[in-house]
Amino acid sequence: MSRKSRKQRALFDPIIVRRALWESVRKLNPLYQIKNPVMFVVEVGSILTTCLFLQTLSGRGEAAPGFIFQIAVWLWITVLFANFAESMAEGRGKAQAAALRSSRQDIEAKLLAGPDRKSKISYVPSAQLKRGDFVLVEAGNTVPGDGEVVEGVASVNESAITGESAPVIRESGGDRSAVTGGTQVLSDWLVVRITANPGETFLDKMISMVEGAKRQKTPNEISLDILLAGLTIIFLLVTVTLLPFSIFSVRAAGQGSPVTVTVLVALLVCLIPTTIGGLLSAIGIAGMDRMIQANVIAMSGRAVEAAGDVDVLLLDKTGTITLGNRQATAFLPAAGVDIGALADAAQLASLADETPEGRSIVVLAKEKHNLRERDIESLGAVFVPFSAQTRMSGVDLGGREIRKGAADAVAKYITAQGGGFPDDVRSLVDNIAREGATPLVVAEGPRVLGAIRLGDVVKGGIRERFAEMRNMGIKTIMITGDNPLTAAAIAAEAGVDDFLAEATPETKLKLIREHQAGGRLVAMTGDGTNDAPALAQADVAVAMNTGTQAAKEAGNLVDLDSNPTKLIEIVEIGKQLLMTRGTLTTFSIANDVAKYFAILPAAFLSIYPALGALNVMRLATPQSAVLSAVIFNALIIIFLVPLALRGVTYRPLGAEAVLRKNALIYGVGGLIVPFIGIKLIDMIITAIGIV
Amino acid sequence: MTANDIFQMVIYFGALLLLAKPLGIYMARIYEGEQVPPARILGPLERAFYRICGIHPDEEMDWRQYAAAVIIFSAAGMIVLYLLQRLQGGLPLNPQRFPGVPPDLAFNTAVSFVTNTDWQDYGGETTMSYLTQMAGLAVQNFVSAAAGMAVLVALIRGFKRNSAGTIGNFWADLTRGVLYILIPLSVVYSLLLVSQGVVQSYSGYKRVELSQPVIYDAVKLDGKGGPVSSPDGSPLREKTGVKEQIIPLGPAASQIAIKQLGTNGGGFFNVNSAHPFENPTPLSNFFEVLAVLLIPAALCATFGKMVGDMRQGRALLAAMLLVLVTMTALCTWSEQRGNPRLAALGVNQTAGSLQAGGNMEGKEARFGIVNSTIWAAATTAASNGSVNSMHDSYTPLGGLFPLLLIQLGEIIFGGVGSGLYGMLLFAVITVFVAGLMVGRTPEYLGKKIEMFEMKMAALVILIVNALVKVGTAIGVSTAAGVAGISNPGPHGFSEILYAFSSAANNNGSAFAGLNGNTVFYNTALGIAMFFGRFWVIIPVLAIAGSLAKKKQVPPSLGTLPTHTPLFVAFLVGVILIVGALSFMPSLALGPIAEQLMTGR
Repeated sequence: MSRKSRKQRALFDPIIVRRALWESVRKLNPLYQIKNPVMFVVEVGSILTTCLFLQTLSGRGEAAPGFIFQIAVWLWITVLFANFAESMAEGRGKAQAAALRSSRQDIEAKLLAGPDRKSKISYVPSAQLKRGDFVLVEAGNTVPGDGEVVEGVASVNESAITGESAPVIRESGGDRSAVTGGTQVLSDWLVVRITANPGETFLDKMISMVEGAKRQKTPNEISLDILLAGLTIIFLLVTVTLLPFSIFSVRAAGQGSPVTVTVLVALLVCLIPTTIGGLLSAIGIAGMDRMIQANVIAMSGRAVEAAGDVDVLLLDKTGTITLGNRQATAFLPAAGVDIGALADAAQLASLADETPEGRSIVVLAKEKHNLRERDIESLGAVFVPFSAQTRMSGVDLGGREIRKGAADAVAKYITAQGGGFPDDVRSLVDNIAREGATPLVVAEGPRVLGAIRLGDVVKGGIRERFAEMRNMGIKTIMITGDNPLTAAAIAAEAGVDDFLAEATPETKLKLIREHQAGGRLVAMTGDGTNDAPALAQADVAVAMNTGTQAAKEAGNLVDLDSNPTKLIEIVEIGKQLLMTRGTLTTFSIANDVAKYFAILPAAFLSIYPALGALNVMRLATPQSAVLSAVIFNALIIIFLVPLALRGVTYRPLGAEAVLRKNALIYGVGGLIVPFIGIKLIDMIITAIGIV
Repeated sequence: MTANDIFQMVIYFGALLLLAKPLGIYMARIYEGEQVPPARILGPLERAFYRICGIHPDEEMDWRQYAAAVIIFSAAGMIVLYLLQRLQGGLPLNPQRFPGVPPDLAFNTAVSFVTNTDWQDYGGETTMSYLTQMAGLAVQNFVSAAAGMAVLVALIRGFKRNSAGTIGNFWADLTRGVLYILIPLSVVYSLLLVSQGVVQSYSGYKRVELSQPVIYDAVKLDGKGGPVSSPDGSPLREKTGVKEQIIPLGPAASQIAIKQLGTNGGGFFNVNSAHPFENPTPLSNFFEVLAVLLIPAALCATFGKMVGDMRQGRALLAAMLLVLVTMTALCTWSEQRGNPRLAALGVNQTAGSLQAGGNMEGKEARFGIVNSTIWAAATTAASNGSVNSMHDSYTPLGGLFPLLLIQLGEIIFGGVGSGLYGMLLFAVITVFVAGLMVGRTPEYLGKKIEMFEMKMAALVILIVNALVKVGTAIGVSTAAGVAGISNPGPHGFSEILYAFSSAANNNGSAFAGLNGNTVFYNTALGIAMFFGRFWVIIPVLAIAGSLAKKKQVPPSLGTLPTHTPLFVAFLVGVILIVGALSFMPSLALGPIAEQLMTGR
């Protein structure tokens, strides 16, 4: 699959890391931080503790200068780590964008006066091309802008966009007429009508998407932000009111001193969900980045997120569920003809036939009847290629004349040879056609040997993919123009949940609307102009890059590999994005329990020495306890950066099973890990004696 | 814990579960507007009432209209109740000739009863006339409970309806709740209580001669009320005798029934259900404590029935039970262990056939430990606030669980209606986090949980939290606040924390030690109760309105099921962690410090 062809960027690319380090300092600007309420609170805390430290230098501090200094430093580091995570995620996108931009040098375009190769050519820079201009692109030229082929056929290298080195064919009319700026024509020539104004081209859109310049928060991200802001305010209340509480308690107990502002700030930063707050935007950007790694360009972050919510998947039969070309699936001999003889003749007739259908006949004969492939040259056979006149192909071999072709063409040939077309073969042919398959008839001389059934072949492994989708709770529907009988047979073989037979653009649109009215989210793929209305209606619409401009504009995701099964991967990436957010939120909140056990006894020990019993981790001193919790809180962000960038591993299981697994790892794990981590840090800082 | 403790708990929770489902389904039918058997008698009454008040029960309201109706109705109730208290001196049914209630206390009491809190800064038998008790307090006991239930039903409709603009008619929901649920149940309950000896009378208080006059040593007072000193400086003591006693009476049984059923908790007498005329026998105690959780538990079944999936209601009930049973058991265990200070005085605290054992300070001998702790847990879980023992006298750990049950936000059963809508908000937040964890935009009961719902749910948790924390902070920092404390050390802190927790969460139970009848506490707690009720109801109704507008998403394998043990465990985890995280520091300075200082 496409995953193999993709270039993998190392998670910590040194260049990206270096730039991210610089960026994380630049992002300390409070005007930037205020967009993220959680980290903004941490920054305010850092400033406050720094001021408290400066105050100690004048000799009137609330605690030991060394202690306040270290707390302040680690709070600044917490902010820097969060900034670093975000910069890393952005950096990966920017690297991608830089690679894309390099393919867009300003080139000289051959502007045509009209949509005709022979009209007058003038040379203009590609940046000046406007929608509706016609340009000529010849072998070796780079396509100057997005457009549609109006004349000509050419092979085009689109590796700059897709990463796929094999050239593709672009021709006028039909669904392969779209070309993208920055790709290179390898052979022949094309006349292209430009469809995008400068700055609005597909490449421009891609660059701005991957750079994150136009990144808007997605709905789920905003909801999560609200929850995190709510928690932050609650913890702010908790810590702020702790000051009067402790002053009262000092009076009530008649001993000790109220909790210091430094400790309160430390407690606040430890309690507010900094782990998820610091990684949230990195997770979002990384999700988009993973889409790009999968060679899919999301036209909005919302589309990526919606992909995870898909309930219904509409898939085209041809090319997605079945192989694009029909293949031989059975030899059906005429009465009195040995099936082996039919297979042998069919194979001979197809040896030199390089069409996919021809190859499949050779393969079928080999697999079913153990007939080895023979070399047509050594047999001394003469290949008779397919021609529009005869509509047959075949082979002449030592006086044998073997032909295969459509039934009526073969019937005409037989009649000319003085033979008759047998009725049993006629009914075989009719049966095959009724099933939705294509019949080919094989004849040798005047005698009809039988028929070959060319049918749809379901792609290998697709059945398992659909079973996965079912486990994920996604319903798959196959769309086909076939009659219901054929559709049902293929649907059963492929294991899809439902099918739409004899589909037209209208029935597709109706199907999508019906599902949406039932509250379901529908995803579909499409490439043709006639898919555009359905694509526009679908919630997640993946347009093939090879598709028409109309289809690409209607879709909210564009698959550069033009691989229809990519939809499944897209759904997984969408789910992974949400899961990463959910699990890190859970982890972040569960962490707080241990931090309480570290900081509370330390804060109130002087008032109620009995509270020392809560120091279950047996942390060395109150100062080391507070500092360890703060250090743990900062370090956990950096430890989780790889997880945020890569995403939580996704397995297609039911929701219940996924929740059980993640709740165990990130919920229960989140309770336990900080107890161990804080204890370890406490042991280290006590050993090296910095507190 | 003794075998008896466990046995009593099993009986209590068993009886509760047995009754919850039939009552819940009955209530669902009422709110769905179905014909129920009592309608044959009460139906004409209902229709006549609608005609008189000009209510069109079939006219649906959107959430704004519904919220406006709740608030207008409550504001009117508050004004009437305030005036009734102020003017009671000149009104009939006042055999004891009580004067008008002072303004700050009247304000506090009016807010308290309209918000279904029933915090009482007064002693009923020494402050309120029979008219105020019956026409004021008892009426609010009914309608504030019915209003809470109406808001819950509106929220349930939000989940249930598909692309709808309205969530029901408040006036109809209110009327049906009172007429078909609260009044019939109260009539049955009043008769049960009267059968056990709870008083129901209009006559004045009786003076009776004691059959055993009591003689005791008391400090001799001078004319000004100060102690008279003996020549060596110590206060002079003298023998005092008491020969007669005043027996307070009144229409108590009818009011106690609704006070328990409607999670109101405002006692007719000052010591509430510890009073022998309010709760005379172990059987009356069982009925009363059963009534505390009866409707809140049954509403879970109502919810399941109305959303068309009983399992959803069962899951919420299971989550509530899990928390409550655990806390009840821990509280009972802590109290049954006894009080080390009493042990030091040589008091025998072992359980036997003649005594319940354990820490009996502040508990009634006729109820013992377990029936006091079950009550304490139930009354704090359910935002009822009535007491049959004094929580202030519990061991620090034993007192922590009732306090924690309040601070969890009155969602473990909680007030009638208000408890379940609070719980549903927590379910919404749980679904949001858990839903993200399975990789889908979270859905609850087929409704997508989005920005607006999160905003409102976060707002609710925030408001109640802020009221408790800021209130307590003001309480401990001002002279007026500290003046109310009657115990030194961390216990005094617990008293103030308990008062604000109780008021903001509309529970109404008191830690007893705090003297609340001062201008400061009457005002501050009144404000906390007001915002704790209405600043929750408005966001809840806003969520109801927003949910009703959404399309129902049919469940698939990818949808997070919300009726499984796993979800229940996750929900309980979220409730405990959010509750514990936001109150752990203050609890550490109160009951936890106190418990650790006792050295066990």
